[in-house]
Amino acid sequence: MPEPVLRLEGLRKNFGSLVVTDDVTLDVVPGEMHAIIGPNGAGKTTLINQISGLIPPDEGRILFAGADVTGLPPEARALRGLARSFQITSILPGFSVLENVALAVQARAGSSLRFVGRAADEAALNLPAMAALEQTGIADRARVPAGELSHGEKRALELAIALAMQPTLLLLDEPMAGIGREETERQVELLLRLKGEMTMVLVEHDMAAVFALADRISVLIRGRVLVTGLPEAVRADPQVVTAYLGEQME
Amino acid sequence: MTGAALATASGARALRPARDILPMLIFLVFALLPIVASLTTRQYLLDVGARMMVFAVAAVALDLLVGYAGLISFGHAAFIGLGAYAVGILAAHGINDALVALPAAIAVSMLFAWLTGIVCLRTKGAYFIMITLAFGQMVYFIATSLAPYGGDNGLTIAARNTVAGWPLLKSDRAFYCFTLICLLATYLFCRGLVVSRFGRVLRGTKENATRMATIGFNARRFQLVAYVIAGGLGGVSGFLLGNSTEFVSPEYMSWQRSGELIVMVILGGVGTLDGAIIGSAVYLFAEEWLSRTFEAWQAIFGPLLVLVVLFARGGLIGLTAQLRRRFGHA
Repeated sequence: MPEPVLRLEGLRKNFGSLVVTDDVTLDVVPGEMHAIIGPNGAGKTTLINQISGLIPPDEGRILFAGADVTGLPPEARALRGLARSFQITSILPGFSVLENVALAVQARAGSSLRFVGRAADEAALNLPAMAALEQTGIADRARVPAGELSHGEKRALELAIALAMQPTLLLLDEPMAGIGREETERQVELLLRLKGEMTMVLVEHDMAAVFALADRISVLIRGRVLVTGLPEAVRADPQVVTAYLGEQME
Repeated sequence: MTGAALATASGARALRPARDILPMLIFLVFALLPIVASLTTRQYLLDVGARMMVFAVAAVALDLLVGYAGLISFGHAAFIGLGAYAVGILAAHGINDALVALPAAIAVSMLFAWLTGIVCLRTKGAYFIMITLAFGQMVYFIATSLAPYGGDNGLTIAARNTVAGWPLLKSDRAFYCFTLICLLATYLFCRGLVVSRFGRVLRGTKENATRMATIGFNARRFQLVAYVIAGGLGGVSGFLLGNSTEFVSPEYMSWQRSGELIVMVILGGVGTLDGAIIGSAVYLFAEEWLSRTFEAWQAIFGPLLVLVVLFARGGLIGLTAQLRRRFGHA
């Protein structure tokens, strides 16, 4: 068994008296697409927020690429190769689509204390950004202000920003939320192509997409990992069926 | 899209004549003012013009924070005061060369911005406004208690700074030109800055700090650099102010002064840089002429400002754009 890319050890988080993350221990191995499913309010987004560093856990450790990153701020984790998309679209609406992605390239390039030269004209930043936009199918919208994109296009932009970071681990928080069937199919196709290039953690409600994509699935119920396993095993697990999948599949 | 297509697409955008006409007009007016002043023998025009430009330097720097970083600093006058006191205190010890005084004014202001910025930037929103105000008042009270340098009464500077021993700034016209160069340099530097890599990160943190953090930018670090740069430019403004009035006083850094700078920026139009210059010119014009004809000029100016904020979102610059839209392309 190779060393996991991401290891969560005894992670715990309370919001007041509400337990949102309850002793979560989880390994994500290199190259896998690890789906986290569960009913609304199971603490999936809170878990993603702790992994990406936006919320500190109350207890437990987060190890990324072998190093303890529990105390690191989100920007430090991002520079180590941890990228994420947001369930509620988080982009820079006043910037062009291209600049949204070029900023992610710029963060990796490292020299952002440059005070002269038009950043928007730098081919070294724009070309990789353009490549990411082509990958996600919105290259023709590069010059449009990001705020003017349709909802589906914004989801694609989220993904393009994450891809431009060339991450080793990509956290996807409901990338299919609120988009149409056709766009969902395109998104699934794209993620299938990306599979293997990087390790991914996928939080998603669309079960068809999850079972088409995931190598392993963890089921989260009330902040607890009920079961982790291969898709077929999870689908057949009687506990999972009663707690969650029963209502989803029928 | 190929690299060539990318270059042309953005190249076309860089050429926006409408964007450049306004600043060219502004600087043309400032450049012609000494000629008008000498033709009409109204020398006070030179004083007023220089004063406008001195405050415009500080206002442009403040716009960098307010308009591009989303940091509403209510202590910006402190940097003007520090710059002016650097000139005054050095002069009191017999050092009155600009080659020492100007770097000293900038260095002191930047150091103060760095030390206080580290603390201020731990807060956000209204707390940031309050803490910058508090630091500004702190410097104000320190200056009033500086008995060897005049305390409350301020400090008279014997003569304008020399440049490498030469009395280059002695004549009002020469000083005016020097101030114009300083404003032009400040403006061009800031305009380059806001579209640079650094400026783009700064604007990004203003728009969506969470997104910027998750792609790898430490917002506070960039905000601190911006704060130090804006502080240094405030020091330049203070250097000019001390030299133009040949007098330094704690009044230069009272919180009312900081408020006036914010008014200038908002009046002209936040986040445009041009607006900061127009705002300080209009504000000082109003102060000069309204106060001459009507003692309680602020009773007129106050409502005017409210009207601008209410009806001209984007300040005077926004107002001209709105009028152009409404009445076709003039």
